[in-house]
Order: sequence, then structure tokens, then C-alpha cells
Amino acid sequence: MAPRSSTRPRGRPTRRRLAGTVATLALASSLLAACGGDGDKPELVWYINPDSGGQAAIAEDCSTDEYTITTQVLPQDASQQRIQLARRLAAKDPEIDLMSLDPPFTAEFADAGFLAPVPQETLQQLEDQGTFQGALDAATWNDELVVFPFWSNTQVLWYRKSFVEKAGIDMSQPVTWEQIIKAASDNGGKIGVQANKYEGYVVWINALIESAGGQILEDASAGVDAKITIQDEPGEVAAKIIEDLASSSAAPSDLSVSNEGTAGSTFGSDQGSFLVNWTYIFHNYDDTAPDVAKDIGYARYPQAVEGEESRPPYGGIGIGVSEYSDQKDLALEAAACLVEPEQQGKNAEMTGNMPASTAGYDYPALADIYPEDLLQLFQESVNAAAPRTVTPYWSDVSSSIQATWHPPATVDSDTPPSSETFIEEILKGRKLL
Amino acid sequence: MSTTIATEPQAGKGKESRPVVSDRSAAENRLGLKLVAPAVILMLLVTAWPMIQALYLSLFRYRLTAPDDREFIGIDNYVTVLTDSLFWRDTWNTLLIMVVTVAVELVVGFAFAMVMHRIVFARGLMRTSILIPYGIITVVSAFAWQFAFSLNNGFVNSWFSWLPWITADTNWYGDHWPAMFAIMVSEIWKTTPFMALLLLAGLAQVSEDMLEAAKVDGATWWQRLTKVILPNMRAAIMVAVLFRALDAYRIFDNIFVMTRGAQDTESISFLTYRQVIEQMQLGLGSALSVLLFLSVLLLAWLIVKLFKVDLAQARGEG
Repeated sequence: MAPRSSTRPRGRPTRRRLAGTVATLALASSLLAACGGDGDKPELVWYINPDSGGQAAIAEDCSTDEYTITTQVLPQDASQQRIQLARRLAAKDPEIDLMSLDPPFTAEFADAGFLAPVPQETLQQLEDQGTFQGALDAATWNDELVVFPFWSNTQVLWYRKSFVEKAGIDMSQPVTWEQIIKAASDNGGKIGVQANKYEGYVVWINALIESAGGQILEDASAGVDAKITIQDEPGEVAAKIIEDLASSSAAPSDLSVSNEGTAGSTFGSDQGSFLVNWTYIFHNYDDTAPDVAKDIGYARYPQAVEGEESRPPYGGIGIGVSEYSDQKDLALEAAACLVEPEQQGKNAEMTGNMPASTAGYDYPALADIYPEDLLQLFQESVNAAAPRTVTPYWSDVSSSIQATWHPPATVDSDTPPSSETFIEEILKGRKLL
Repeated sequence: MSTTIATEPQAGKGKESRPVVSDRSAAENRLGLKLVAPAVILMLLVTAWPMIQALYLSLFRYRLTAPDDREFIGIDNYVTVLTDSLFWRDTWNTLLIMVVTVAVELVVGFAFAMVMHRIVFARGLMRTSILIPYGIITVVSAFAWQFAFSLNNGFVNSWFSWLPWITADTNWYGDHWPAMFAIMVSEIWKTTPFMALLLLAGLAQVSEDMLEAAKVDGATWWQRLTKVILPNMRAAIMVAVLFRALDAYRIFDNIFVMTRGAQDTESISFLTYRQVIEQMQLGLGSALSVLLFLSVLLLAWLIVKLFKVDLAQARGEG
């Protein structure tokens, strides 16, 4: 072996290296050309939350001869989506054109100047298609619409028909938390809620407080000087409900780590009784547990105070256009297309995330997938829903509530006042969160 | 003659004792400095510069989403941090995790090192098997252990249901101590092989002749371990403890994956992450980073001083 290598002509390795370099360059340039897409046609990049393909499909529908919309998937967790987007936008990253934004973060992004305002002509379009007031409220900051409402989600009370029959509850009438906790406890059932230390737990707490006629904070436009009102009577009602559930036998063993997914599993188990969860639950068991799917009933979100209308949680996604996008005008045009009623309907059909407008609900396929009364319940619930307070400091408020109200088993009448003090300290920067 | 010869070495110990450097070696030294200069400059850019930047930022109230409200506040961030009970609780958690995991790893790791050192049959296979956990990415092992302890789909509850305090409904992440236990198990499983590897290097340094001599003198197995093996690998043990202690003090991944800091299981690194990344409080977060850096330095200094670790000896330079 050695003699052969020593007799090799000296020029050969150089030539070989040169040929290798040329081949690498050729391959790299062809790959780069492939990444570049169709010649000079601009590409709009839409950062989407993970879903089952709805957003990618409508991105294709809304691509035109002028531009192509491509999607990039953000992390699963809403807080992680916020972090990734905010850090890149703070660095004025021009690569983000469009983004799917969770409502509680709208104010923070708008206040930081990350979002381009919605143009006048689109405002008319959104009004004409009957965009829900809750969706518009959640998309507005400083009297300006800064996000295009795309889909609006809400929670309803899901129940197992066999269980309520056994428990003898009339579900045609509004029910209260007290009633369902008692019914589940007396009949060996478990109630599915979201009580892990995460945003979903605050969604539940907010819905309880709003249902009792209160708010977590008032005068949000005052920023860090907003008035915190979580220790008022509605806050006490909310704490009492959580305390009652956590100390009852209706609390699932994994209550303190429960999220939408685990609560769905509890509901699908033999002990499943009631569940508060988003709209997509209706088709959640079609493939995995058909018997459960047939046993699902639905009603309006439970009341916190008997006789007082409940205010279900509001969720959803709005489409924001980045202020730093190099193609802002095209992105605004594209966003207007993405939120058209047909696109909202198509997305709802594919993902179970319901439209943000009445016209979106008219999408024919939805009537085939959902019963008429359920579609009505969804719309009624979205209209009655209470968005989380629109404030640029929502993530501080939310994390403070998580820090003081978690785990649910420790919640008692002292929790609301102590959390109020804590939120105030955090907003003033006097304590660590 | 003899007087002259005797005074020469004494003069050598004086002020003018520096060896005379030839032109050639001086030139070589200069060349050496020039050659390492790019690397040193690069190191300064990527390490010293961020540190100075963090120190500077820690003097401001600065939120990434409100850059216009940036305000110089001196050492207020440090005062806020050091007077907050959360900081001290997290410091306690971190120290607890560090002490418990390093202690357990030291014992188990030493046993593994002995096995790897002494085994004759299937030595390569055994050594590889012991080292597998260390080759797994921490996030992956943390997820594996999170699922293992999970109430819904974990195996721990069913495997250990014969223990009186474990039932099918035991929620490991529902309370502080069980959650801390789960985190520590994951940490120990992952890093014990590293400890074993460092200790194996120490074991290899213990002379077989000394062990043989001790045996001939009638020393029992325990006496050989405590009087010959351990004293002779003291430097290796201390380096292993130092490395692992500093590593454990910065624990993050396991907590992030397994509990996200719930049930008061947060560590100092996790607290810093939350301030900088989640809350986007660059000022407060930088102050925490500086304190974390100082505490790691202090810890390293304490371990080196208290245990009289000779790093040079451990590297085989002593």
C-alpha cells in the first residue's frame, strides 16, 4: 500500500480536490436555487401555531400570481410561541411577514410596535362578514385593530350522557359548578379541567371570575398602574369553586398537572363525567373511542353563581402582520384573504377551530360535521365569552396568578388577596416572578 | 575555587535569577504569542464580551418589549433579587439537588468504576452499557423519566405499587418532595456514568504494587479500599466532585422538561431563564446571571480550597 501512494503523481490530489470543490459548489448552487422558489415571485412567510393542516391549506389557497404564502410552524406551547416571535421581532427580523397570534399577547406585541395596523378597507370586510365582538375586542389595542381575527375558540361544558342520566341532572337548564362537583362526587365521576401551572389554568380562573361578574384587573391602559381587582368578591367565588373541586372526590388524581389533553383522557375514561374544554373535543374520540364519541353531550359553560350567566373562556388566533416585514403591503393583502369567511370555514372543517365570524359559520361543510344546536352553542358561547384582560403586561399577570394559585389544592380564601398583592408587586418590579 | 562554586547556586535564587533567554527562544516566544493571539481574541469576544454586557445590562430596568422605558437604576436589580424569598428558595433547591445528586453519584459512580476497572469478562460491553445514559441528550432522558413517573402512562407507579406509599394514583408531580425526587433520579441516572468515568481514571492511577503489598501485609478488602485506593485517588475524586457539583448547580433541562418549576422545584438557572427569556426582563435577568456566575465561582473556590484539590496533579502534571 505504502509504495503505491508514494509513487502517485503529485498533481492528482490537487486536481481531485478541485473537481470536488466544483461539484460541491454546483450542488450548493442548485440547492440554493431550489430554496429560492419561483424566480422573482415574493414569498410571504407565515408563522403558524401547530394544527392539523388547516393553515397550510389556506396559505396555498391565498397564494396568488403576485406572491406565495409559505408556513413555518411555531412551538406547541402558546408561551413558547410568544417568546420565539417576540425575541425575533424585538430584533426587527424582516423574515417574519405574518404570524398567528394568541389573543392574550396581542396587546404586548402592539404596545411594543411589532404589529402593523389593520387597513381601513379590511375593517369594512371584517364588519361585513359579522366578526364576533369578542374577537374584535381581543384584537384591539389603544382603539386600533392590530390583528386580523381568524378563528375564535371557546369552551363549553361537555358531559357523558350516560353519567348525567345516572346522576339525574337536567342538562337542558343551566348548571352551576357547585352542581356538577356534587353530581360527580356523589356518583364516582371525575371532572376534567385545566389546572397545570400554565396559561390554561389562568384561562379557567379568568372564566370563573368573569362568570361571577368580576375582572382580574381594571383600567388596563394604565399599564403597570392598572387596578388589580382579583380579591373582590368574584375572585373569592372563583377560589371557592377551585377549593371545592380540589378537595372533593371529583378531582382527578392528576388535577395539578392537568391540561387540555389529560383532561380529555380523564373524560374518556370510565370515570369521565364532565369536562370544560375547547370546541375540538367533539370529534376527539371519533377514531380512538367511538363509544365515548356517541356518549358526548354538551351544554353552556357552568355558572359560577346560580342565576348569573356564565362567561366562557375566549381563545383563538388572530393574524398579525409584522411591522418589520419587507413586504408589509403584500402581507396585509394576504392577511385579508386568510380571514375571509370561506377560509375560516375551511380551517374549521380541517382543524375543529371555529370561525371568528358568523359568515364563517355558514361554511356548508360545518353543518355536516357538527349538529346544528352545537354550532349555535359555539356561537352563543363566543358572543358571551370573556377575553383575558387586554394588557401589555398580561404575561406578568398570568405568571403571577400561576405562582399564587397553583397547585389548586392550596387555593383557599386567602389566595385572592395574596395574589392581588403579588401581582401589584410584580408589575411595579419590586418582586421576582 | 570551592567558595566560588558554593556561591553560584545562591546567586541563582536572587532577583537576577531569570534564565538568560537566547534570541532564538525569545523569537519563538513572540511567534507563539502571535499564534495564540487570534484564539485569545476570539475567546474574549465570545466569553468576556457577553459577561461585560450582562454586567452592564444588570444596572438597568429594561424590558425587551418596552425598550423605550429603559432606565438606569444602579444596583436596584441586585437588591430586588437578594431580598426576594423566591431567589433564596431557588438557591436552597439548587444546593439540595447538588448535594444529594453528587453524593449519590459519587457512591454509585465509584461502584461502577470498580466494576469497569476490575471486570475481566465482556469488559468492553460492560463499559459501554454503563456509559449509555451519559451519551443520551439530557432533554431526551428528562422526557423519558417524565413519562416514567407520569400518572397517566408511566411505569413507576405500577412497578413499585408493592411499596405502601405508592399507588396507581400517586401523582409524583403533584407535590414538592416527590417532584424533587423524580428530578433527582433523572439527574443521577443521566450523570452517574460521567462520575464513573472520572473515577475510573483515578482508579487506573492506583498502583497495583501497593495493593499487592497491602494484601501481603494482611490488609482486608475494606482496609485496602480506605487506606490505599481512596487516598491514592483523592485528586481524581475531588476533580470529579468539583466538575459534577458545578454542573449540578446549573441544573436546568430536567426541571424544564419534568415540572417547569411547578411545586417549587425551580433552580437558579431556571429562575434566570424565566426572567430573561419568558419575562423578557433583561435587566433583572442579567443581575441573576451575574449572581449565578459569582456563585459558581464561589462554589468552585470553596471546593478547591476546602478539599485542597490539586488540579495539576489530577492532570498528571504533579
